[in-house]
Amino acid sequence: MEVKGEIYRVAGPVVTVAGIKPKMYDVVHVGHEGLMGEVIKIEGDKATVQVYEDTSGIKPGEPVVKTGMPLSVELGPGLQESIDDGIQRPLQTLQEKMGNFIERGVSADGLNREKKWDFKPTVIKGDVVEGGSVLGLVQETYNIEHKIMVPPNVSGTVDEIKSGEFNVEEIICTLSDGTQISMMQKWPVRGPRPVAKKLMPTAPLVTGQRILDGMFPVAKGGTAAIPGPFGSGKTVTQQQLAKWSDTDIVVYIGCGERGNEMADVLNEFPELEDPKSGRPLMERTVLIANTSNMPVAAREASVYTGITIAEYYRDMGYDVSLMADSTSRWAEAMREISSRLEEMPGEEGYPAYLSARLSEFYERAGVVTSLCGENGSITVIGAVSPPGGDFSEPVTQNTLRIVKVFWALDAKLAQKRHFPSINWLSSYSLYNQALSGWFAENVGSDWDELRGAAMDKLQQESELQEIVQLVGSDALPEDQQLTLEICRMIREYFLQQNAFHPVDTYCPFEKQYKMLKAITKYGDMANEALESGAAIEKIVTLESKDELAKVKFEEDFDTALESVMTKMSDEFAQLGGK
Amino acid sequence: MTKEYKTIVDVAGPLIFIEKTEPVGYGELVHINMPDGTSKRGQVLDTSADMVVVQVFEGTGGLNSEAGVVFSGETIKLSASKDMLGRILSGAGEPLDGGPQIVPDKRVDVNGAAMNPYSRMPPEDFIQTGISTIDGTNTLVRGQKLPIFSGAGLPHNEIALQIARQAKVPGSDEEFAVVFAAMGITNEEAQSFMADFEKTGALERAVVFLNLADDPAVERIITPRMALTAAEYLAYEHDMHVLVILTDITNYCEALRQMGAAREEVPGRRGYPGYMYTDLASLYERAGVIKGLKGSVTQFSILTMPGDDITHPIPDLSGYITEGQIVVSRELHRKGIYPPINVLPSLSRLMNSGIGEGKTREDHKAVSDQMYAGYAEGRDLRGLVAIVGKESLSGRDRHILEFADLFEDRFVRQGKDENRTIEDTLRISWEILSDLPESQLTRIDNKYIDKYHPAHQQKAE
Repeated sequence: MEVKGEIYRVAGPVVTVAGIKPKMYDVVHVGHEGLMGEVIKIEGDKATVQVYEDTSGIKPGEPVVKTGMPLSVELGPGLQESIDDGIQRPLQTLQEKMGNFIERGVSADGLNREKKWDFKPTVIKGDVVEGGSVLGLVQETYNIEHKIMVPPNVSGTVDEIKSGEFNVEEIICTLSDGTQISMMQKWPVRGPRPVAKKLMPTAPLVTGQRILDGMFPVAKGGTAAIPGPFGSGKTVTQQQLAKWSDTDIVVYIGCGERGNEMADVLNEFPELEDPKSGRPLMERTVLIANTSNMPVAAREASVYTGITIAEYYRDMGYDVSLMADSTSRWAEAMREISSRLEEMPGEEGYPAYLSARLSEFYERAGVVTSLCGENGSITVIGAVSPPGGDFSEPVTQNTLRIVKVFWALDAKLAQKRHFPSINWLSSYSLYNQALSGWFAENVGSDWDELRGAAMDKLQQESELQEIVQLVGSDALPEDQQLTLEICRMIREYFLQQNAFHPVDTYCPFEKQYKMLKAITKYGDMANEALESGAAIEKIVTLESKDELAKVKFEEDFDTALESVMTKMSDEFAQLGGK
Repeated sequence: MTKEYKTIVDVAGPLIFIEKTEPVGYGELVHINMPDGTSKRGQVLDTSADMVVVQVFEGTGGLNSEAGVVFSGETIKLSASKDMLGRILSGAGEPLDGGPQIVPDKRVDVNGAAMNPYSRMPPEDFIQTGISTIDGTNTLVRGQKLPIFSGAGLPHNEIALQIARQAKVPGSDEEFAVVFAAMGITNEEAQSFMADFEKTGALERAVVFLNLADDPAVERIITPRMALTAAEYLAYEHDMHVLVILTDITNYCEALRQMGAAREEVPGRRGYPGYMYTDLASLYERAGVIKGLKGSVTQFSILTMPGDDITHPIPDLSGYITEGQIVVSRELHRKGIYPPINVLPSLSRLMNSGIGEGKTREDHKAVSDQMYAGYAEGRDLRGLVAIVGKESLSGRDRHILEFADLFEDRFVRQGKDENRTIEDTLRISWEILSDLPESQLTRIDNKYIDKYHPAHQQKAE
């Protein structure tokens, strides 16, 4: 039922309407052109609406239509491969409808209404279903099997279930109480989708990137923050994560970033190949793009749109990774809307609820048992862009209080051509403890020790470097010179990884373990040799040591490593003989 | 809709409040007939059934409740036509050069719409500005927005003019145009811009919008939008490559703050409105290349940093929207170097997609990295020399120190009319790099050293 009211006042994107009795956050359509907006304040019989589009030319007295629904996304087959704006309007459809510029008042369905999907039911008449129960399956893309679920708030007995080709609006199931279910469901973006149970994350997100997996692992279902100063290789890091993480689905939210940069992402992503299946990566990717000059309210919504889509796939039992780039722009959108509402500002003009909103968002990550009994997860990786690189500003600080992993991209390392340029001293992960069980079982019982020792050494190195800068490395005692050399090996052999090398781009845990073990072995043997009187110059110039640097590029890693290690033992044996 | 209202109830600063009107659209253009027979223009800021708030462009001097207000029924539009080329217009789009009104081919809303990111083409065509510090180390590409961060009393205007004169895509003779928008600059500055345009014949290919320091501040909010609308029209309707020069963004932001204060808005950082990021984005983001269209809009704005402070909200927010910045340095200016561009804090985010084989030259990136590193180290060493003296430096460090001087003297310094091709720029780069021992050129691949290093070329001969 449509309830009509009229506009009372227009002041920029904030419009006051009268005559409808909306609920908070209901979506309303404003003016003759039906501009989309959201109710953000109710005062007596008037309501304040934040409009997602430009309001020029809109007059008091124009009609307002209430939808009675909060801002929602359409969930169903067809989400994969889509490129949408912040309120789920497909950019391609917008281009077809209005050309190269986004005009206002155009609505576009989030899901394609024409396309027919082959629906295979998994329930029969008489089955009792409840919210989240799986009704049937649709092969959405080559490797995504889409489970059609009963919407969370619906339950009953199946009266009729169909099979065959349907579009997302056609009824595929009728319950005995007459409830009709199609393949599409709508869900309000600002609230999380219900789950049966939240679980503790116990497995790492395997990314095949040594510095991430080995040093600062994020749990599957965990949260991580990544600051992105310019020239630090953020894009490559994000693409590596998208390509290699062992998640089934990638959701990428471009929130308030530059148009030309977004164009780069939109151009590059479709060309990436999923290395595991050899299929286009887009087949398991959802892209949301809302650039800085697109309406600010839609930017604010984009992050919620993205996470709701991620939750929907999580409910099917998939592991989803979500990247939000950048949450700082999102926070700025909140600041802007808050100032339009003349709310009392908090720190640096950000609204007082900034911290609450950020934590609500990150809390939607996690490992869960969904209503249909499947285990799924969402891993959230949020980019922050602190102004002037100052980490003490409110968005970064509030984010760091919530997330458990921090990958400190460092432009200085990038300038030194150390890639991935993640600083090993300022990064951290709080999941090491929670994941140690998994590591002991799946990687090696001494993994934690190896890792800890390597981190310890790197810490020592930074202290030693200070001395070296003053007095030169020759003035250090020999054992400390050796420590520096081992650290150089950890940095160059282990931490550095070439994203563009066919073998080195992905490094399985087993290989990471063996590499670290080999470096540690060298360290042990070198220390022993040093104690028994061998010259440091000889220890650090062993042929096998240089060969160790190159084994990570070998196709047949195991054989190569074995022969290097055998050679190393021989060489040390000769040294020790003197 | 030519009803004239005589119902002004309040006048406050640049705002007038009118009651008992028919419904008026937000953002509508308003004509105000003054009691003395002259007229003014304004724009609707806030409209409700009870009260309409209008911001008057020419200021509210002489206004009282006897003035009549006519609402035009449409938002502010630019009369766009190819005839705009060669014309000088006011900040609100009225002819200032004594010429006739522009016969519109199309009337376009000045606010513009956001470009669909899906329609954008990632910029990658190299633009040669003839200035080594830009072409060599902070390359500009077509469709980029690259502002000059400058300070009061620095020669940013000369740099902008030199770029406007010299910018071209090597090896192409496609149609190009310059759209110049002055916001709150002095009459003197405007005159010198005009004189230069006329002298070099650039005016024929330019559209000029002038809002001078004594013009109303409110008009300044419209001026860049007029200019960008003109630029988009020329680029996307007439396939031209348009270079937009906006000067000075700081004056624009001051006007924005002034308007915010007049509207009694809650101020953000340093009194600037909280929506300044989005407002600036709505200007800067109007640059780019569209898939399937020939034209392009490239923005080169000038921004004077108050107190040379790069963390001030205006440069800070700008830096987050634009694709880099060119920083003009007072220190180099004092040394008498023109153009005093400090390459270290300068940056072009799109540089890598515009350089390399087939665009500039294969060795461009390596050479630029090497010079960057050398100059950065050299400047650090200057600090050290001041403490410990040159004698205590190692031989290697002395080379680097000399390199920094050479870099400023040969690479940065150039004449105001010196138009260096990219080959010239790279040749100079190699000449100064060859002053360093070859073992220190660690960022350059040996194959490029063999091919381009002057010492090797002499050997080959």
